[in-house]
Amino acid sequence: MTIEQLTVFVENKQGRLSKITNLLAAEKIDLRALSIADTQEFGILRLIVNDAARALEVLRENGMLVQITEVLCVKLPDRPGALSEVLEALDGEGINVEYLYAFLSQATPDAAYDVVRVADNAAAAAVLKKAKLA
Amino acid sequence: MSQYYQKEIETMPQEQIRALQSEKLVRQVRHVYDHVPYYRDLMDKKGVKPSDIHGIEDLSKLPFLSKSDLRETYPYGMLAVPLSDCVRIHSTSGTTGKRVIAYYTQHDIDLWEDCCARAIVAAGGTKEDVVQVCYGYGLFTGGSGLHGGSHKLGSLTLPMSSGNTDRQIQFMMDLRSTILCCTPSYAAYLGESLKERGYKPEDNALRAGIFGAEPWTEEMRRDIETSLGIKAYDIYGLTETSGPGVAFECEEQHGMHINEDHFIAEIIDPDTGEVLPEGEKGELVFTSLDKEAFPLLRYRTRDICVLSRKPCSCGRTHVRMSKPMGRSDDMMIIRGVNVFPSQIEAVLLNEGYAPNYLIEVDRVKNTDTLDVYVELAPEQFSDTVGAISAREKALADAIKTMLGINPKVHLVAPRTIARSEGKAVRVVDKRKLHD
Repeated sequence: MTIEQLTVFVENKQGRLSKITNLLAAEKIDLRALSIADTQEFGILRLIVNDAARALEVLRENGMLVQITEVLCVKLPDRPGALSEVLEALDGEGINVEYLYAFLSQATPDAAYDVVRVADNAAAAAVLKKAKLA
Repeated sequence: MSQYYQKEIETMPQEQIRALQSEKLVRQVRHVYDHVPYYRDLMDKKGVKPSDIHGIEDLSKLPFLSKSDLRETYPYGMLAVPLSDCVRIHSTSGTTGKRVIAYYTQHDIDLWEDCCARAIVAAGGTKEDVVQVCYGYGLFTGGSGLHGGSHKLGSLTLPMSSGNTDRQIQFMMDLRSTILCCTPSYAAYLGESLKERGYKPEDNALRAGIFGAEPWTEEMRRDIETSLGIKAYDIYGLTETSGPGVAFECEEQHGMHINEDHFIAEIIDPDTGEVLPEGEKGELVFTSLDKEAFPLLRYRTRDICVLSRKPCSCGRTHVRMSKPMGRSDDMMIIRGVNVFPSQIEAVLLNEGYAPNYLIEVDRVKNTDTLDVYVELAPEQFSDTVGAISAREKALADAIKTMLGINPKVHLVAPRTIARSEGKAVRVVDKRKLHD
C-alpha cells in the first residue's frame, strides 16, 4: 500500500527541527516515523504522521517548504532477512530505491513497516505482490 | 635613480602637459564629432560644437559617456575609423548584453603598449628582465597589454596566461623570471603555493610584480612582498580606455601616475556630474587624447578615487590617482571579473527562480569566493537530496556560463532571505578591499 509522507525542507540552522516538532505538537499531531537526510547545506525531513493533510496546512501556514509525497509502505514480519527479500525482489526487477526507513507499531507487535521510496509505486507494489512479499 | 621609458614625456613640466593636452583634445573632439554620430548627437543636444573646444578649460562643456552608452552602440556605434583600419579588438569580462568591445588601430596598440612599457620600467624593468605574464590572454586586456609592453622594452616575455600553477612555478624557477604580472590575488596564491612546495622567498629570482585588474589593500601588498620577496606595484586601466597602463605606480608606491599625454583625468561628483577640485574624492572620468579607433570623451569609470598633483620623488610629473576606494555603481570585481548583481539575477529568472537572492562575496586565502543564496519555490522542492543537489549544480553551472567564475549555490527555504523596505540588499561584500 502507499501512504502519505510529509516532506519538509530544513535549513542547517539551530532550532529548525524543534520549530517543526513544536508546531506539530501544538496541533496534537502524532509522529509515527521520521527520517532525515542531510547535506552540509540543508536537510530533508520525512515524517509519517496521523494526519498528513492537517500537518501540511500547519507547516505551510508557518512558511515551511513542505509537500506530501506518496510512498510505498511495506509490512514485514519481524524476523531476520525479511527486508533483504524485499530489496532483492525490487533489485531483481531493476527498481531503484531512493531511500527507505522503518518503524514499528504497537498495534502489530510481530511486524515492522518499511517506507520505501521508488520512482513508480505501482510497479514496485506489483513486484512485491508477485513475490508474495506484500 | 629613477628610470623612465619615455623620459621627456614622463617628466614634462605640468604646464607643458596642459598645453599638450589642450592641443590634442581639440583634435580628438573634432575626430569624434566627425566620425561618431552617436556622440555628435550628444554634443548637438547639449549645444556644443567642436569649435567651442579650445583647450582643456572647455572640457566640462562636453557630455559624459557611460557604460550604458557603449552597450547601446554595440557593436560598432563608437567606432571612429573604418573597420578595415582596425587590427584588433578586446572586450570587457561582461556577458550577453553587457559586453563592451574596444577597437584598436596599430597606432592605438602602440600607444597602449608604450603605457605598459612605462609601467614596467617604473617597476625597475629593463631589457635584461624576464617578464612572466600570467594575466589571462584573449579578449581580456591584461595579458596582451603587459605582454606588449614587455616586448616594446625588449624584455624576455613569458606569455604564460592565467592558471596552471605548477607550470607557472616551474617556468618561474627554471627560467629565473624577474618580473611577475598578474592579479594581486593570484600573486598571493603563487606566494602560498611556493611556500607549500618548500621554496623560500629568496629562492626565486623575482624582483618586482605589477599587479592590477582588481582591488587590493596595502595589507595584501605587504603579504605579497614578503611571500615572494619582491616589490609590488599597482597598475590601473580599463578595456574602454585601452586596458592596463592608463596609470601605474612608481617606486614611491604612493598613487598611480596617469599617462596624461594620452588621457585627461577628471574627478566628478557622481550624483551631479560637477567637476571637483584636486584632492576631493569622487568618480574618475577619462578623456582619451589620441586614440583613433575607439576614442572616448569624458567616460565615467564608476571608480571612486582622489587625484594628486603633488610633486613625486620619482621625477614623474603626471598626476597621481589613489587606488580606487569604491564604486559609484553596484559592480563588483570577483577574481578579476566584473560582475553586476543584475547578471546573476538574470540567470536566476532564466532558470525559473524567483528574484529573491543574496550574493555573498568574501576572500578566503587570497581567493575571492562567490556564494549565491536562492529561495526554493514549493514546486521546485523534492523529497530526495539528489534532486535538490542537482538543482544547485545546474544553477551553479548556469551562473558559471554567464560570469566565467564558479559560484557556490545554496538553495534555501522560501521567505528566509530578508526582504527590505525600499532598495533590497542583494549583495554582501565581506572582503576588505579598501584601506
